[in-house]
Amino acid sequence: MTKTLNNKAWLLVLPVFLIVAFSAVLPLMTVVNYSVQDTFGNNQFFWNGVGWFQELLDPSTDLGGRFFDSLWRTLLFSAIILLIEVPLGIAVALAMPREGWTVALSLVLMALPLLIPWNVVGTIWQVFARGDIGLLGWVVNHLGIDYNYTGDPLDAWITIVVMDVWHWTSLVALLCYAGLKSIPDAYYQAARIDGASRWAVFRTIQLPKMRRVLLIAVLLRFMDSFMIYTEPFVLTGGGPGNATTFLSIDLVKLALGQFDLGKAAAMSLVYNLIILAICWVFYTIMTHGDARKEGVEA
Amino acid sequence: MARITLDHLAHAYKPNPQGPHDYALKEINHVWSQGGAYALLGPSGCGKTTLLNIISGLVRPTRGRILFDDRDVTDLPTEARNIAQVFQFPVVYDTMTVRENLAFPLKNRHVPRDKTAQRVEEIARLLDLTSVLDRKASNLTADMKQKISLGRGLVRPDVAAILFDEPLTVIDPHLKWQLRSTLKEIHRALDITMIYVTHDQTEALTFADKVVVMHDGAVVQTGTPDELFERPAHTFVGHFIGSPGMNILPCQVEGATAFLGSETISLQRRYRTLNHKEQVELGIRPEFVQIQPKGAGLPVRIRRIDDIGRARIARVEMNGRMMAASVPENLSVSGDEASLRLDPRHIHIYADGHLVAGEALGGQAA
Amino acid sequence: MTLVLESVSKKVGASVHIGDVSLTLERGSLNVLLGATLAGKTSLMRLMAGLDVPTSGRVLVDDKDVTGWPVQKRSVAMVYQQFINYPSLSVYENIASPLRVAGLASSEIETRVRDAAKLLKLESYLDRKPLNLSGGQQQRTAIARALVKRADLVLLDEPLANLDYKLREELREELPRVFAASGAIFVYATTEPSEALLLGGNTATLFEGRITQFGPTPQVYRKPQNLVTARVFSDPPLNTLTIRKSGGMATLSTGGQARATDVLASVPDGDYTMGFRAHHLGLEPIGSDEIAIPATVSVAEITGSESYVHLDAGGHRFVSLVPGVRRLEPGTSITAYLDPRHLFLFDQDGRLAAASTTQKAA
Repeated sequence: MTKTLNNKAWLLVLPVFLIVAFSAVLPLMTVVNYSVQDTFGNNQFFWNGVGWFQELLDPSTDLGGRFFDSLWRTLLFSAIILLIEVPLGIAVALAMPREGWTVALSLVLMALPLLIPWNVVGTIWQVFARGDIGLLGWVVNHLGIDYNYTGDPLDAWITIVVMDVWHWTSLVALLCYAGLKSIPDAYYQAARIDGASRWAVFRTIQLPKMRRVLLIAVLLRFMDSFMIYTEPFVLTGGGPGNATTFLSIDLVKLALGQFDLGKAAAMSLVYNLIILAICWVFYTIMTHGDARKEGVEA
Repeated sequence: MARITLDHLAHAYKPNPQGPHDYALKEINHVWSQGGAYALLGPSGCGKTTLLNIISGLVRPTRGRILFDDRDVTDLPTEARNIAQVFQFPVVYDTMTVRENLAFPLKNRHVPRDKTAQRVEEIARLLDLTSVLDRKASNLTADMKQKISLGRGLVRPDVAAILFDEPLTVIDPHLKWQLRSTLKEIHRALDITMIYVTHDQTEALTFADKVVVMHDGAVVQTGTPDELFERPAHTFVGHFIGSPGMNILPCQVEGATAFLGSETISLQRRYRTLNHKEQVELGIRPEFVQIQPKGAGLPVRIRRIDDIGRARIARVEMNGRMMAASVPENLSVSGDEASLRLDPRHIHIYADGHLVAGEALGGQAA
Repeated sequence: MTLVLESVSKKVGASVHIGDVSLTLERGSLNVLLGATLAGKTSLMRLMAGLDVPTSGRVLVDDKDVTGWPVQKRSVAMVYQQFINYPSLSVYENIASPLRVAGLASSEIETRVRDAAKLLKLESYLDRKPLNLSGGQQQRTAIARALVKRADLVLLDEPLANLDYKLREELREELPRVFAASGAIFVYATTEPSEALLLGGNTATLFEGRITQFGPTPQVYRKPQNLVTARVFSDPPLNTLTIRKSGGMATLSTGGQARATDVLASVPDGDYTMGFRAHHLGLEPIGSDEIAIPATVSVAEITGSESYVHLDAGGHRFVSLVPGVRRLEPGTSITAYLDPRHLFLFDQDGRLAAASTTQKAA
């Protein structure tokens, strides 16, 4: 009886498997296929083995040098984003009202940036930060600060980071807010009775209770920032020079600009593996305590 | 350590209270002496939690003052009051060990490390937590967590009172017994004023030296468990305390005789002439009503007999009213007709819900 | 209908939630599942309802194998510890909701809802929203909704646990009547022995995912077949000590000896665990053959009419329930008297070796 039931369940899951196979596994196989071959167009393919991978992972080659440049750039970008957005998101969540009509208002305001499409965000900031017609660029320039995101690499970085912070901090804040809302009042009362300072309350009650949602927030923000494409593409196009050429932008240049399908395929695979590896590291670190706890409870 | 004085205390959640109906807590005057064990007992919505929150400083009363010894603390926040509280659901700091949990209030008050360590050991021994001191608090059972919550209060040498807000709600029946007796032992050992809020009469009566019964925002009786059981000052107390509660029957009283419909019962006290406008009732606990074979006594019909293990309780009907009576161990009842014997020493007369004192008949002072 | 569980087990990973449970529940019966938190009461109910599929074993309804059937295909209603009602619907609509789903005619719905409301004393609240009612009325609404479906199996998972003591008492008194009016199989989970006794019917005692005994409630209470059952079905906790019987004497682990009379006389020499309930441990002798146990008082709890005296006797912790008010100072030396007619003897495997034969209030 149990067996029939399981069989039925498999049947139900089958369509999903098929969709995943066609949408993810088959294209991935194509990429794997390309990554071990060289092509000169005309559908002519030559076996290249692990050649592309060797070149890619060797910083002294053209391809390798370019790959590592973009990789460090992207890692730096993700690190900056996490370092700013996570603490800022927590701070915003802590500052949000817990009851009253302001709750709904603040939630709507917080959700606004999340509703705007990526390319629109890029376009908004492209205009907003321009020195001639953009409010931000004009004001900053008139304050006597030399600011030009199309010419100065640092300005370009600052603009992209600020844009991303504006776009995504509310996601972190909303997740943390949900975590904070689930803490019963008794905890705060007990902490007051125990004479805990504001900081101690944060460290011993709020942060531990937010850990699960923070894990999700960190993973989402890492993956998203590590794969950032649309906004910098719209805003700077990867420039000035290669200053904001992140891995995804580089990859598109390689694949569609230069039509180096083999190299691009190899790069995508390595890119993919890096994301998986880093996510796994985050996940392991942040769930370390939980695993022990659940082991005992079970 | 403190004596707690509630001085003309009243509270309304509405901004401009008019009549007494607007008050969640009607005026209360009370002194709780240092080192006593008190219970606030009543059903949900009776005002007991409001009172507890006023004592702990979470709610500022609309009127009146609250004093710890002679210090007016009405306007002091929770953290300045030297009280500790154990909540309905256990509160522990998940990331800390039991030891760190117990040390937390002292650490926050910058008590020197060696002193803290020593005090934590002491309290752990008292609560039987020594063996789990280095375990994560989050992995322990609910009763252990409640002990930790209590321990965090006890560890402070200056604590004036410990408040308990239905602390046994999530504890299994078997462990309730242990935790309850631990509480009592600690109360004896440490001489701290303890106030225990609950809707559960067994918990209130077994824990407290003095029980404050609340109903509808007001205190209806304060007394020792046996006073509440023997002489309920109000029919509500009679009903609320005891399981099943007191039998309360409308009657007429003339002198030392009560009339229940066509039946007469001679009382052991003589009563003033009770006004016809008053609702006069006779109250007697099921423990003092015995069922016996049909014959002398009040004729009743047995509707059901509950076997509660160590005793049997009969649910009987008399003139359309349900009553509870105890069934003697060796009585076997056949058919549904029987008689009741009421122990006249335990009959009380109530007028509009309040106990009427009456005057003992000569030579039979009860 | 008859519900049969045949050697049902449920394992999740390495942990056994339900271990080899066999049970037959008859139509129109009330069955209490008695056990501590995590003993497996909820897990067992989920298996009965079809919310979970057993790892092994079969579930039969009227001899038909329904193992693995989803809950939608079975005739089941459930009431939980939390008061679960639709907050935006009136009490009437809440009770009517399963009937609306089933597509009954509105006249039929009307009749059934009114009947259920009458049974549960909700008639005057039918137009109100659940959140404006007391906890007791909210839970009455949930119970009415479960009844109105006329399901074959009604599961109640600690339905009174979140209620005030007095409301619990009131509802508990009414429930047997409510149950009797329906022909369904009722399964009622509780952690409280007193609740099982008041509800009557049958009781299954659960411990660590296993049923330790199943039978008519008073019988399980008075004749527990093993030590675990006796412990589960005692509140205050069962007092136990070990004895070594040899010849006409028994040596007690509290120190001292006793003449082997009554129950003690009926077993062969050997080692036993002796169990007795609090109300059979007195503080005065009532006859001449009581077993005297010297002890010190650790705490006395007074309920007004009775006293629970916690005793320390040679390293054992006992509870004695005596009538009247006994203000005993902790540390007082005292002699407790154990009625030899009201005790259980368990062999070294925890199986009942002998018990009193009296069927009176024990």
